[in-house]
Amino acid sequence: MELSKPTRAATGSALSLRGVSKRFGAVQALSAIDLDVAKGEVVALVGDNGAGKSTLVKIISGVYQPDGGTITLDGREVVVGGPRQAQKLGIATVFQDLALCDNLDVVANLFLGRERTAGGLLLDEVHMEQEAWRLLRRLSAKIPSVRIPIAALSGGQRQTVAIARSLVGDPGIVILDEPTAALGVAQTAEVLALVRRLRETGLGVILVSHNMADVLAVADRIEVLRLGRNAARFDAADVTTEQLVAAITGAGERPAPGSTGSTDPSDSPAGAHP
Amino acid sequence: MTVAADLADERLVRSRGARGALDVVWNRLRGGDLGSLPVVVGLIVICTVFYSLDPRFLSSFSMVNILTYAAPVGIIALGIVLVLLLGEIDLSVGSVSGMAAAIMAVLVVKEGQPALVGLLAGILVGAVVGIAYAFLYTVLGIPSFVFSLGGLLGFQGVLLYVLGSDGTINLPDGSGLTEFARFSFVSGAAAYVGVAVVVALYVASRLWTIRQRRAAELSAPSLLGVGLKAVALAAGLGWLTWYLGVDRGWSYSFLLFAALVVVMDLALRRTRWGRHVFAVGGNEEAARRSGVKVTRIYVSVFVLTSTLAALGGLLAAGQQTSVSQATGTTDTNLTAIAAAVIGGTSLFGGRGSAYAAMLGIIVLQAIQSGLNIVGVDSSVRFMVTGGVLLLAVAIDSVARRARSASGRG
Repeated sequence: MELSKPTRAATGSALSLRGVSKRFGAVQALSAIDLDVAKGEVVALVGDNGAGKSTLVKIISGVYQPDGGTITLDGREVVVGGPRQAQKLGIATVFQDLALCDNLDVVANLFLGRERTAGGLLLDEVHMEQEAWRLLRRLSAKIPSVRIPIAALSGGQRQTVAIARSLVGDPGIVILDEPTAALGVAQTAEVLALVRRLRETGLGVILVSHNMADVLAVADRIEVLRLGRNAARFDAADVTTEQLVAAITGAGERPAPGSTGSTDPSDSPAGAHP
Repeated sequence: MTVAADLADERLVRSRGARGALDVVWNRLRGGDLGSLPVVVGLIVICTVFYSLDPRFLSSFSMVNILTYAAPVGIIALGIVLVLLLGEIDLSVGSVSGMAAAIMAVLVVKEGQPALVGLLAGILVGAVVGIAYAFLYTVLGIPSFVFSLGGLLGFQGVLLYVLGSDGTINLPDGSGLTEFARFSFVSGAAAYVGVAVVVALYVASRLWTIRQRRAAELSAPSLLGVGLKAVALAAGLGWLTWYLGVDRGWSYSFLLFAALVVVMDLALRRTRWGRHVFAVGGNEEAARRSGVKVTRIYVSVFVLTSTLAALGGLLAAGQQTSVSQATGTTDTNLTAIAAAVIGGTSLFGGRGSAYAAMLGIIVLQAIQSGLNIVGVDSSVRFMVTGGVLLLAVAIDSVARRARSASGRG
């Protein structure tokens, strides 16, 4: 059950997981997962429902504790004890349901839980508004006003606010969970442009997605999970949708010649279902 | 001239000058962001109707009474605004106010304790009730509707038990509480100085904001607008001071209530705590994930609500100069809740302001006073109050629909 080591050297990788496993009762949700994300790199995490993507994301963001394996951040082995600690370590997660307060304005949402105060008591609205504009401009985000309630924004704009909020703590790694799931064509393009901009600013991005077109459009590397294992690993530059789908569904093919991807030798239906 | 950072987006509709300001207001109303407009309109209608029935309704004497006797239940309603902001409810505030008043009266009158001890004990009882509620809510997960319904019944029982066989305890003549709550007024020079201080504070805070925003290269409110508002504020408060001064003036009770409202408004809009209250009311899960200490917010709000209820009860006891078995019964409970809702606090959480308590209770007190002057039975008062409450909730619901249609949440 040996998986060939990742093609990219682990050096220079901002986040690196080795042999991470998680079990819920009788279900082995993740077994011996390896994952590397370098600075300025977008790694897509794909897989069918139940492949373990969400579990892996929750382990990285501190929601779950792994049963085994190590997490290394900037060359230092770390324990991500909880969501707060993940934030402190510089791992920001944008969950699918965005977790925004509809009744608050953009500034209030961006700084929720991290409000700046002037003199320790009153909120420093001016400073926060300034900072909000700086963040949004850094993402070239199109938000008409930061003083309108979140409810007044479109789906893409909400996603933008959620991503901008993940940047408030100046993280090194940003995890995006299905950022385009509920969006229209133009809004999807907007969010994908945003992902590219995150990469340009030197962040490591983990993109969880079901959408092959989105993944191929922005990812540098693609990590396929199937039934809680690393099923395949591709360079986005030279992989086709068919190859990805085959790896996700476990149709049994090895990657086409010329692909730098490697598949798990045991990655066949027979091997996966003892 | 460079464009301020927050006005740079080309899609923003520029609104300049008086015309622009009107446009902004009109768009907000059309979008269902009514704010306090319905209640202000309602108040004008009420005043017109009662004034045409009996001009004594708008006499100085009557207005002083309305403001004075609005204060105790208004303070209780202020606490209700807080729980409603979290999307919760406290049905027991009236009973808590009655219990606090009874405990104070027994300690002071029967046990001969100093008045201060009695007052502090009453307020402390309120705080303890709040802590118990917070425990039931955050640890045991009991819905607030249920435990506060239990409190409504239970604390009324405590009131009867504490009062014992006598049934009624009269506060001694000239006691400090009665003097404060019922017989103390500010008028004349002192009142005008107070108005001047309030207007000066308003102008200073606006000027400070303008300076800060300009320094940060953000759009700032216009000096003219601030000036006009300051003049309006000064004229309004000045006229009220003069008109109330024809009779007795501003009562201490109402000034205490107004001060609590202003402080609460500041706390809700300008502090981290207030921001978190709105966040929990809007989306509790989002607030929790953002690192808001949700449990602390619930504890603080339940404690504040019960404490304000106790304070309101003490003030009411002072005004009535006695505590009886009927103190703080169902009437008080529901009037306080109705006031908060009529004032414009949403029942659905996350929307409302401290001023809602003040506007709402003034409306209800005006109705009561008007019906008294006209000489109508209290049966009619209950029916009218019920109708007004229904109207307020209907406006809230319709406005909510308009908001979701126009994307204001």
